[in-house]
Amino acid sequence: MALRLPRIGTSQIVALALILAANWVVSPQFFDIRLQDGRLFGSLIDVLNRGAPVALLSIGMVLVIAMRGIDLSVGAVMAICGAIAASLADSHPLPVVLAASLGAGLACGLWNGLLVAVLRIQPIVATLILMVAGRGIAQLITEGRIVTFTSPELAFLGGGSVLGLPTPIVLTLAMMALTLLIVRGTALGLMIEATGGNPRASALAGIGTRLITVAVYVWSGLCAALAGIVASADILGADANNAGLWLELDAILAVVIGGTSLFGGRFSILLAVVGALIIQAMNTGILLSGLPPETNLVVKAVVVLAVLLAQSPRIGAQIAGLGVLFGRSRSRRRS
Amino acid sequence: MNLRALLLASAVSGALFSVGAQAAELTIGFSQIGSESGWRAAETTVSKAEAKKRNINFKIADAQQKQENQIKAIRSFVAQGVDAIFLAPVVATGWDAVLKEAQEAKIPVVLLDRDIDPAGKNLYLTAVTSDSVHEGKVAGQWLVKTAGGKPCNVVELQGTVGASVATNRKKGFEDGIAGASNVKIVRSQTGDFTRAKGKEVMESFIKAEGGGKTICAVYAHNDDMMVGAIQAMKEAGLKPGTEILTVSIDAVPDIFKAMAAGEANATVELTPNMAGPAFDAVIAYKTKGTMPPKWIQTESKLYTQADNPMAVYESKKDLGY
Repeated sequence: MALRLPRIGTSQIVALALILAANWVVSPQFFDIRLQDGRLFGSLIDVLNRGAPVALLSIGMVLVIAMRGIDLSVGAVMAICGAIAASLADSHPLPVVLAASLGAGLACGLWNGLLVAVLRIQPIVATLILMVAGRGIAQLITEGRIVTFTSPELAFLGGGSVLGLPTPIVLTLAMMALTLLIVRGTALGLMIEATGGNPRASALAGIGTRLITVAVYVWSGLCAALAGIVASADILGADANNAGLWLELDAILAVVIGGTSLFGGRFSILLAVVGALIIQAMNTGILLSGLPPETNLVVKAVVVLAVLLAQSPRIGAQIAGLGVLFGRSRSRRRS
Repeated sequence: MNLRALLLASAVSGALFSVGAQAAELTIGFSQIGSESGWRAAETTVSKAEAKKRNINFKIADAQQKQENQIKAIRSFVAQGVDAIFLAPVVATGWDAVLKEAQEAKIPVVLLDRDIDPAGKNLYLTAVTSDSVHEGKVAGQWLVKTAGGKPCNVVELQGTVGASVATNRKKGFEDGIAGASNVKIVRSQTGDFTRAKGKEVMESFIKAEGGGKTICAVYAHNDDMMVGAIQAMKEAGLKPGTEILTVSIDAVPDIFKAMAAGEANATVELTPNMAGPAFDAVIAYKTKGTMPPKWIQTESKLYTQADNPMAVYESKKDLGY
């Protein structure tokens, strides 16, 4: 047992280290960090800062996926909540803006949760409804244009810094810590895993599976709302057509790279965030490399494939057998 | 005044009146794509204003990005017997049948902003569009002139990979700087036409180019990406507009705000007034029988800080961008 913790996540950490090393090769100043206007400045900080929205989404997504669910609506929820925040920012104080925006995220999550847990609609279909309709709602809020704001308080959430760290990074760390505290500090995490593994048995064992299901979708909505606020605060405006577009897929990918199974029953919040950083480190590396943009997606696909192959138990066992790349035994049991 | 004079006067005024009434009676239907972007909304607003100016009875049908809705709208315009039909085609193909119906009803069709498949060339009167290669060229020529012979490293924020507008604006800019060996593109990446991606890509460009010290100018395929790039430069402690030149395309209101603040240098307008020249072509065709050219190119006007950007912003901000 003592050895189990470090062994989980070895492939993700190694993948992240390899990508960062590759970035350093294509761009020798990659690890240079300096202070600019009291804010840390450098490519490594960019990876963390730009990765924040997907990391936030993946924190919510990982719990949903652990319950054998999926939340396709997070990108659209980002657009809705960003639009609300930007529309209210100049006329209302920050607490009101945040309450309205996070409240909208909660409501979206509640909607998804009720469709899945009470009406028993398959998660992929239930959340698809809001994925499609949500962007329309966001466009209604912004009336199809890019709503800009000047409120320095809201702008701080995207462009400000706390002790030199850009605010989006701080918010992501805070959200991650809070989520870890709630699910790992209590038995909730265990219940989520149990329900994801076998909902019927869990219900018979006395777990309130329906309530937990609603709760994880609500949490995912909340994370998406926070990501939407960060995205809006970053560009000082809400772009309903593009905010969070396709980010639900990046979030799902981050969760999967983080080793959480789409069949539920097992999850790691920390590694999902590492997964998000792997994706962003790759994006930033491509931008720094100077490769033509036509190759962006191909490079991404190859790297993701490599990371996922490294996680495959069969290939992992082969590599372990050869003892070439990863010295340790990787034949860990997959449930 | 005798009776004859009176009769003559009334005949003249009657004739004058009937000319006036004829212009007022001109009814034109417009099948608009929908409200896919701020520019499209501005085009609709400007079209209405231009129609009012010319006293034209103007009917707009919003197709909500669907070709079948556009075909329905054209059929209904034909059934109503309008004098002309404007069409902003959502796709390039599949118009033959419905345009033939309009032709058989002797109703001229004018394409706005987008062209259709060349095979349908004889089915419409004229197409009023902007030349996106030319837009890029205007931007490039401005930069060559402004750089004034000094070496100038340009970073380029491209539109969505594969989008024809992005390809054309890239080509046009390259044509525009082709003669000047001092101006060269050192980095080029896609910012997907969005502010967020424009900002992210610019952040990386700044790091890759020694903290932005070796960048002389930024060229963005649209203003939104430039707005994002300007933020990235400011956050890196650089001064866009003075230390780093900026030139982009579209002329949306927000870039004029940046220009007024001295943070942007130039933008090339993609005019939302496609309907104005189209109205004029239709009126000339209907009254004098003048055949317009097959392609009416709209002006790609260059705006700089010298063009009173705040006034332009005020005039544009309520158009629906």
